[in-house]
Amino acid sequence: MNDKPEKLIDKKGLRLDGRKPDELRPIKIEVGALSNADGSAYIEQGKNKILAAAYGPREVHPKHLALQDRMLLRCRYHMAPFSVQERKSPAPSRREVEISKVIRESLQPSIFMEYYPRTGLDVFVEVLQADGGTRCASITAAALAVADAGIPMRDIVVACAAGKIEDTVVLDLMDEEDKMGSADVPLALMPNLNAVTLLQMDGILTLEEFEQAVNLAIEGCKKISVIQKETLKAKYVDVKEVEE
Amino acid sequence: MPVFFEVRQLVAPGDLIAEGEYIAGENTYKEDEKIYASRLGLVETENKKVSVVALKAFYIPKAGDIVIGTVVEVGFNGWTVDINAPYPAILRAGDVLSRPFRPQKDDLSQVLDMGDLIVAKIASYDRTHDPQLTVGEPGLGKITRGQILKITPTKIPRVIGRKGSMISMIKQETGCNIILGLNGVILITGKTLEGEQLAVMAIHKIDEESHTSGLTDRVTQMVKEEKAKMEENKNE
Amino acid sequence: MSSVITRVKQKQIAQLIEKGKRLDGRELTDYREITIEQGIIERAEGSARVLLGKTEVLAGTKIELGEPFPDTPNEGVLTVNAELVPLASPTFEPGPPDENSIELARIVDRGIRESKAIDTEKLCIEPGKKVFVIFVDVYVLNHDGNLIDASALAATAALLNTKMSKYQIEDGEVKLTSGYTQLPVKKHPITVTSAKIDNKLVVDPCLEEEQVMDARISIAIDDDDNIRAIQKGGNGYFTPEQIQEAAKTAKEKAKQLRKKLDW
Repeated sequence: MNDKPEKLIDKKGLRLDGRKPDELRPIKIEVGALSNADGSAYIEQGKNKILAAAYGPREVHPKHLALQDRMLLRCRYHMAPFSVQERKSPAPSRREVEISKVIRESLQPSIFMEYYPRTGLDVFVEVLQADGGTRCASITAAALAVADAGIPMRDIVVACAAGKIEDTVVLDLMDEEDKMGSADVPLALMPNLNAVTLLQMDGILTLEEFEQAVNLAIEGCKKISVIQKETLKAKYVDVKEVEE
Repeated sequence: MPVFFEVRQLVAPGDLIAEGEYIAGENTYKEDEKIYASRLGLVETENKKVSVVALKAFYIPKAGDIVIGTVVEVGFNGWTVDINAPYPAILRAGDVLSRPFRPQKDDLSQVLDMGDLIVAKIASYDRTHDPQLTVGEPGLGKITRGQILKITPTKIPRVIGRKGSMISMIKQETGCNIILGLNGVILITGKTLEGEQLAVMAIHKIDEESHTSGLTDRVTQMVKEEKAKMEENKNE
Repeated sequence: MSSVITRVKQKQIAQLIEKGKRLDGRELTDYREITIEQGIIERAEGSARVLLGKTEVLAGTKIELGEPFPDTPNEGVLTVNAELVPLASPTFEPGPPDENSIELARIVDRGIRESKAIDTEKLCIEPGKKVFVIFVDVYVLNHDGNLIDASALAATAALLNTKMSKYQIEDGEVKLTSGYTQLPVKKHPITVTSAKIDNKLVVDPCLEEEQVMDARISIAIDDDDNIRAIQKGGNGYFTPEQIQEAAKTAKEKAKQLRKKLDW
């Protein structure tokens, strides 16, 4: 059933899905699909299928958690039971709790929290299908959902991972590469301000390889950022064309 | 000094709009002599001020604004009102009752109950307190009938139109009375259900196409066409 | 605005229902537009996405090997779980399943189980030792009313889309081999929910109608027009006549839907 592939990169330098080391997986993004949420976005990156929604600013429940001088940001990253190969129990795992925190911390610097004291912004991410790099794709969708909700931001955060498989530093690891590769470096960026808001690493890298990976991830982020912003604007550009 | 976007061009949060000695207007922020957009919207410049007219934003209360809200809680000395904003609004009993308020004897739910709709004015609001409402002026108070619409508050000016041209046209063609809450909630009361539905259609169209030009003409045309259709259906 | 429905809207709904119409122009027994897409989650063994008006429900099936229940050694296991995830509605909070999501899961489960939609004996590999366990996970993505009918459709559609791995038994061990067989689904139950508003029954209540309804009744009908499961919900009541009316309507609507979906 799950035959492990022998090589992650072949002699021609192509990966299991035919990509070159610095190539992103195909990405499709949609904005505003959920009618109840104040803002929402859906992303497909490779086989990842992730839905993000933002509710807020709104009253904080329970009230005592509200902050007097700023908005309270809460994030919940959650995977559907059918999103992974072996069914995952719906109860939050320790991994989901940690990822919820790093996602929140990746979005926090981009939002003007001080504008709305005593309110809350709740961001929910549901992974409907997982294929490696879900936290990065989640951040890309979550930031877009917050922008779609009309919440003032410094920039729209975007995320992408780089890593190392066999001896090559590569961009945007898919599931097999994540599991069998030698390093994974997820990174989130505010592209216009060149500010990194999420950075994690696991595996083994020399200092040079690490620098390569970070630069590669930032390049990937910038490419995805273009798609993010175009998607947000597209809703309104269409009608403009109709009028002309 | 460079401006990177043209007026009425669409910008997203984080887009660099201008560099140099400009002033950051609404929905923008300044960092290191650079002005960036903080919301999705259309660029506007006025002398040295660069701002963005947001396509979607939520309502932040301002003293003096007329708003339409729903009573969500009846308390001991007032009501909590949902005004479609991040903050709940308070209407004090003393504002509504014309005589001194007696907490033990007066049952506030007899005056205004959960689920009641009211037109009110924001009496006061600041960063540390929830907005206070007042209904102590003519035209304010409980609403008993009509259609309620919600649109994003930034589009209310579009519904009004230049010098009120859009809203007057709709009122005239549909025979409806329309109250525009600055919190994005709109009340339409007409003599007929068809008139009300026509007004609802017109406002939906403005909501969807608010960022385009020539809107007043297109909406006027649509209202006249739909009205003619409705007359036909009635005569059949 | 909040989930408190205004008096004005309540009156509007009542006035329209008197005339036999609803807020969105539907007749009292009309369903909203239904779209079903299958197979959208490739990682799951089966999946389906249902759009019922603006209500959106995603169902995924996962199959694992497990042990049968001691009292049914020859039968595989079917288990249904429902999640009302917070992104679907401002009224859903994160946390373990509450009474609403548990009731939803059990209603969907009963519709499928009582109709004998799946021959669970066909899921048996080694009696008393190894069976296929089918997990049906119902994921509500947007709540605009009538989660029950939407979830029931999604669950059934996901089961119809489900593939089971082929297997062989080597040295007493179950080995999964390449290739799949379609999960044998014999029946296609359809659940029809009616809400009581001002003493009239309306089919497929939208969110605002649910906010003013007295009670709801959900009836699962099988391919032969038999009633297989019923659940009354809400704080109000139904008269015996209304119950019979709801049952008759459920039978008609289920037939219509079955034809439309080609089930």
